[in-house]
Amino acid sequence: MLTLDTITVRQDDFRLSADLSVAQGSHVALIGPSGAGKSTLLSVIAGFFPPASGRVLWQGQDITGAAPGTRPLSILFQDQNLFPHLTAAENVGLGLRPDLRLAAGEHEAVSRALTRTGLAGMENRKPAALSGGQQSRVALARVLLRSRPLMLLDEPFAALGPALKAEMLDLVAEIAEETRATVLMVSHDPGDALRFAPDTIVVADGIAHPPQPTGALLDNPPPALAAYLDVTPPSGR
Amino acid sequence: MADRAQPLSLPLRVGAGAAAALVLALTLGTLGAVLLRAGGASALGAADWAALRFTLTQAFVSAALSVLLAIPVARALARRRFPGRGILITLLGAPFILPVIVAVMGILTIFGRSGLVNDGLAALGFGRISIYGFHGVVLAHVFFNLPLAVRLLLQGWLAIPAERFRLSAALGFRPGDIARHLERPMLRALLPGIFVTIFLICLTSFAVALTLGGGPKATTIELAIYQAFRFDFDLGRAATLAAMQLLLCAIAAGTAMRFSLPSGFGAGLDRPVARWDAGAATLILQDAAVLTLGAAFLLAPLAAIALAGLPQLAGLPAPVWHAALRSLGVALGSTAFALALALPLALAVAQRRRADLLESLGMLPLATSSLILGTGLFLLLRPIASPGDLALPVTALVNATMALPFILRALIPAARDAHEGYGRLADSLGLAGVARLRLLTLPRLRRPLGFAAGLTAALSMGDLGVIALFADGERATLPLQLYRLMGAYRMADAAGAAVLLLALSLGLFWIFDRGGRADADA
Repeated sequence: MLTLDTITVRQDDFRLSADLSVAQGSHVALIGPSGAGKSTLLSVIAGFFPPASGRVLWQGQDITGAAPGTRPLSILFQDQNLFPHLTAAENVGLGLRPDLRLAAGEHEAVSRALTRTGLAGMENRKPAALSGGQQSRVALARVLLRSRPLMLLDEPFAALGPALKAEMLDLVAEIAEETRATVLMVSHDPGDALRFAPDTIVVADGIAHPPQPTGALLDNPPPALAAYLDVTPPSGR
Repeated sequence: MADRAQPLSLPLRVGAGAAAALVLALTLGTLGAVLLRAGGASALGAADWAALRFTLTQAFVSAALSVLLAIPVARALARRRFPGRGILITLLGAPFILPVIVAVMGILTIFGRSGLVNDGLAALGFGRISIYGFHGVVLAHVFFNLPLAVRLLLQGWLAIPAERFRLSAALGFRPGDIARHLERPMLRALLPGIFVTIFLICLTSFAVALTLGGGPKATTIELAIYQAFRFDFDLGRAATLAAMQLLLCAIAAGTAMRFSLPSGFGAGLDRPVARWDAGAATLILQDAAVLTLGAAFLLAPLAAIALAGLPQLAGLPAPVWHAALRSLGVALGSTAFALALALPLALAVAQRRRADLLESLGMLPLATSSLILGTGLFLLLRPIASPGDLALPVTALVNATMALPFILRALIPAARDAHEGYGRLADSLGLAGVARLRLLTLPRLRRPLGFAAGLTAALSMGDLGVIALFADGERATLPLQLYRLMGAYRMADAAGAAVLLLALSLGLFWIFDRGGRADADA
C-alpha cells in the first residue's frame, strides 16, 4: 500500500496537501485542472520534490528521504524518457544496471523485454530512428525489466494519437499485470481514466482527495472537477 | 512545476571546490605571491600612467572601429546569398584561434613599410606610412576583432524572426523603414555588449603591443609589466601594474555583464533570411563592395603569409621543428589540464539555479595578467625546480587558466541542457558517479568538449606571452622561435615557421572539434 501521510507541498504561492492511501495492485488516475499539482504529487512520490511536511510510505516503510533511484517505483515523464545517444537496448539495460555492465543473461533479458513490447530486432536503433510509439515501447520495456512494485505515469503518451495511446495503455495494463504493479496515472482524458483506472484521485483547489470509484465520480463530479470537465454539476443535492 | 534544486553529489562538490580553489590560487594567489616577493607595491612613474592612457585609448578606438565597420559587413551577410557565403562565415571564426604572431606577420606583409599597400602608395607618389605604434596596434586589433563583431551582429540579424521581414514586405517597407523598425532596435540592444567585450579583449593585449607597439608612446599595461620584469626586474612595479589592470578589467567585465550578447558560438549562422527589401541595384553593389573589402582585409594577410611561407616549409632549420614539438606538448598538456579544471566547474554551475559566484570565478582569468600569473607561479615553484625546467610546464598551466572562461562559456549551456533534460531520468534510474559521467555527461557534452579542447589547444599552440619572459634558447616554443626569427630579420625562415604554426594551430582545433562531432547522431 502507498500512503501519503499528511503531506503538504509548498512552492512560492503554490500549496498542495494530500492525506490518502492507494491499495496495492490498484490502478488509479489523477485528474484535475492543469496547474493543480498532479505532476507535483508524482514528483513528491518519486523523490524529485521534497514535501514541506508529512511522509511518503510504501508498505508501511518511510521512503520520504530516499534517493529517487532507490525507491520501489518506475516513473515515465511526459517526455525525455530515453537518452538520445544510447541505443534502445542500452536504454532498457539501464533498468537492470545503471553502469550498463551487463552479463550475458542480462543481455538476453533486455532482448526479451524488447520482444515482449513488440520491438524485436530494434535493439541497436537510437531513439531518433524510432517512431513516437516505438519510443514509448522502449520506455515500457525498461519498466517491465525493472519490475518495481509501483508505476507512475506522468502523461507519457500525451503526444501520441488516440489509437496509439489506447494501445500503449493496454500494454501498460499487461505489464502491470505481469509485474503486479500498482499504477498511478496522470490523465487529462476522462475516457482514459474510465477505461484504465477503476479509482481516481481528484487534485483540485490545493487538495489531493483520496481515491474514489471513477465511474461514480465522473457521473457526479464535484464542482471543481465539473468545471474542468466542462459539465454542469447536478444541482439540488 | 519545477523541481527544487537537488544538492550536489559529494564527488562533484569536492571536484568543483578543488577546481575553484585552484583558479583562485592561480589568479589572485599568484598576484599575491608577486606582491609579497616585491615587499609591497611601488609607486607608478610617468611612463606607467602613459601606459594606462595608451591602453585605454587604443582599446576604445579598436573596439569602436571594429563595431562600426562590422555593421555594414554583417548586414550584407545577413541579406545576401552567394556562393562561398558559408565558407566566409566559417573563416570569420578563424582569427580567434589564429596565433597573434602569425597575424602580425601577415599584417606587416600587407601594410608594413615594404608591404603591398605602401608599395602602392609609393607608386602613386605618396609617402610611405609606418604601422608601428598606435596605428599598427589598432589595425591588428581591428583585424582580430572585426570578424568577432561581425559574427555576433550576424547572430542578432538572424535572430530577427523571418516573419517580421515577411510582414514588412507585405506592408511595403523600404530599406529605411526596415532599419528603423527592425534593425536599429536590434543594434541598440547588442552594440554596447559587443563594444565592451572587444574593449575588454584589447585591454589585456600583449603580443600585438610587443610586436607592433613599444616605446614610450605605444606601450600597453601588459607590455609595461613585461618590461618591468624583463629589463628592470622591478617586481613591485609589475605587481602594481597588474593590480591596476585587474581593477580595470573587473570594471569593464562588470559593465559587460550588464549588456546582453547573443548566446552560443553561432550555430546555424549560414541560414540566410529571405529579404524582399534589398533588391535595388545600388544596395546590391554596396553590399558586394563591403563584402569584398571585408574579405580582402581578412584574407590578404593570411594569403600573403601562406604564399611566402609554403615554399620555405621543407627547408626550415632544425630548431624550428624542435620548437614545434615543444609547442605541441605544451598545447596538449594545457588542454588536458584546462578540461580537468573546467568540467567539474561547469557541471556544478549547471546544477545551480542562477548564475553565481562559481561562474564569476571561472571568468576571473579574463581580467588577469598572464605574465603575472606566470611570474607568480615561478616564484611559488622556484624552491622545488629550476626556472629553465619550469618554463614549459608553467606556460601550459598559464595557457590552460587563460582559456578557462572560453571553455566554460562553451560547456555550461550544454551541461545545463543535459541536467535539465535528463537529470531526473538519470536520478530515477539510479544512474550516479562514474557511470553517470560515462553514460550521460560525457556523451551529452561531447560536442562542446571537442570544441573547447580544440580552442584551448589552438590558443596554447599560438600563445606568445609568459614564454617570452622565461624561456632560454633551448626551451623556446614555436611562436617565440618565430618572434626571434623576425627579430633577426630572417624573413624567409620566419614565413615558413609562420605557415607551420598556422597549420598546427588550425589542425589541432580541427582534429579536436571534429572528434567531438564524429558519430554524434543524437
